[in-house]
Amino acid sequence: MQPKLSLLNDELIKRILGEACQLMLKPGIKVQNAEARQLLAESGAQVDEETMIVRIPEQIVRKALETVPRQFHLYDYEGNPKVQYGGDAVQFDPGSSGVAILIPETLEHKTSETPDLIRVVKVAESLPQYDAQSTAIVCHDVPKDIHDLYRLYLVMLFSKKPIVTGAFTNKTVHYMMDMLAIFAGSREELRKKPRAVFDVCPSPPLIWSNFGAGNLIALARAGVPAEIVSMPLAGAAAPVTLIGAVTQHAAECLSGITIHQLAQPGSPIVWGGAPSTFDMRKGSTPFGSVETAMIDSSYAQVGKSLGLPTHAYLGVTESKLPDMQAGLESGMGALVGALSGINMISGAGMLDSLLCQSPEKLVIDAEGIAMAKRMVEGMKIHTETLATGFYEGVNFKGGDFLKQKITMQLFQKEQHMPSKVIDRDSMRGWKESGAMDTFTRAKIRVQEILASYRRPELDPAKVSQLHAFVLDLARQAGMEQLPVIEDFQPA
Amino acid sequence: MSEELYKEMAQSIIDGDSEKSVELAKKSIELQMHPLDTITKGFVVGVNYIGDQFGKGEAFLPELVMAGEAMKAAVATLEPELLKLGEARETMGRVVLATVEGDIHEIGKTLVGTMLSASGFEVTDLGVDQPAEKIIGKALEINADIIGMSALLTTTMVRQREVIEELDKEGLRPRIKVMVGGAPITKEWAEKIKADGTSEDAVGAVQLAKKLVGKE
Repeated sequence: MQPKLSLLNDELIKRILGEACQLMLKPGIKVQNAEARQLLAESGAQVDEETMIVRIPEQIVRKALETVPRQFHLYDYEGNPKVQYGGDAVQFDPGSSGVAILIPETLEHKTSETPDLIRVVKVAESLPQYDAQSTAIVCHDVPKDIHDLYRLYLVMLFSKKPIVTGAFTNKTVHYMMDMLAIFAGSREELRKKPRAVFDVCPSPPLIWSNFGAGNLIALARAGVPAEIVSMPLAGAAAPVTLIGAVTQHAAECLSGITIHQLAQPGSPIVWGGAPSTFDMRKGSTPFGSVETAMIDSSYAQVGKSLGLPTHAYLGVTESKLPDMQAGLESGMGALVGALSGINMISGAGMLDSLLCQSPEKLVIDAEGIAMAKRMVEGMKIHTETLATGFYEGVNFKGGDFLKQKITMQLFQKEQHMPSKVIDRDSMRGWKESGAMDTFTRAKIRVQEILASYRRPELDPAKVSQLHAFVLDLARQAGMEQLPVIEDFQPA
Repeated sequence: MSEELYKEMAQSIIDGDSEKSVELAKKSIELQMHPLDTITKGFVVGVNYIGDQFGKGEAFLPELVMAGEAMKAAVATLEPELLKLGEARETMGRVVLATVEGDIHEIGKTLVGTMLSASGFEVTDLGVDQPAEKIIGKALEINADIIGMSALLTTTMVRQREVIEELDKEGLRPRIKVMVGGAPITKEWAEKIKADGTSEDAVGAVQLAKKLVGKE
């Protein structure tokens, strides 16, 4: 019995979709990619080449929605299906797009480099709460031209999990698919068993940039999953009302799906986003606000009404360090996302909105995620009777149930057992183990995880090929040698 | 041969399998193995292991309690043999546990009992709602080293003081040490009523008991 949160009723969903369709006609969608405009024009949309504004009639959108897959999987390095997009599966991955890493000793948000991303990947790889990796932070020790693909390269070297990634240009998206194809065996194998999904962002309000639309088309034709990350900023780049932002989100996603399915019907795509309210005191984008979570939950419900796989950015905080604000915002966000049945919830580990990754926060978030996942499992019925069968031999004593075999058999199915990051000790025990706060316990856990991490065994021939491929691109970008990576010597 | 059997005995405790531990105890009697060896080289090894694991956070309370039950069952089977031989099992010490009169809460006390047993103490748990004379009577009967008293209610915790005063009157201290525990019990309270110590949890209670019998 999976518990579900719903903020909208059927009538409201219908109105949202109705107005989203109206938005695609008036003011229309600005499509800054010529090929996308051509695809839309050929299918009967009204295109103004000068303003790049396209009016997309509902019937084209409806047709696109007919060909979108309702479900698809991401596969791990070995080719096992590990992440399910579609239905009410709930999965988590670390937040990506970070540009800094938290130094736990000094609390500095340091510009991120190669060893920092490797640390994040190692921690995410070791925690079962993370169903997928993400290309979590940009490494500033390599040239900008290879920023996106170099992140993927490091994740591929240090992980076997499925990957949530994204390209920064229309050129590099092809390189990144080539990299994945090296491990998959071929482009055809990659299409059959994709290991990665690529985030593709429209620009609010109602714009598909040359790069965004270009990526949609490239991914559709390659049959590699795309994930729309629509980012209405309620009150700034979208209507101030939450429901207005949800409606704009729908229009951006529907127009994106239309372009994508026109390029290649049947290619997999996800109804996702990273919306936010707009803070009217600071002009910031609070991804940890409860209203942001409400927009996410609502748009996911709209996407589900269309039978689409879903994604959201939740479990994120504006706090600058793993403190109570970080905990409460991240925990609430993760829970709302989980209860909304969102297939992939990105954001774990992130501080300072979406700017700074922290391995320490990643291990704390893993605890919140485990709790949210437990909640999603709902109330379970393990036994024939709900309770009466438990009372045989019970002597009206407090500890009676501790002695039952069934207690031992079932307690771990009923209760999630947290790691040492969560304190449930007595005062005595807490003091004896060092009287530590959550952040301190998290630092220790990160050290333990890093100490026990082992790099996965990968096909050395494929690794060499991947390394040569990335090195070649680095040289084209003006870097003679890739940064030296600890415990990895390319052949 | 007996080495194998000792391993099986330890495993039956680790598995919390009372039927198996009793079966193995009976088998050892048939094989005329020395009951003290059976306990110390067999069953106690299992109890120690699970106690260690629990301390490290790698085993959980149901496992510990089940192991305790399996241990209790095995020792009960061997006890008549020990009596026949006129020998007693060497233990860390003898403890009488009870929840004081007027109070029927006992989960914490039961856990303390389990942990003490797992750590090698011989524990007699009188249960709940026990008046002073009964607790003291039992302590004298079994020649106890320690009396452990639990109270959950602020209205019943005063009974702990009554037991201590009674012991002092009879001149039974410091021969018998007194541990007090329960949610409202603080170190200050323990000092005030002249108890020999208190702990907030079962792990701490074992440390305290070991200290009180001089076997830290």
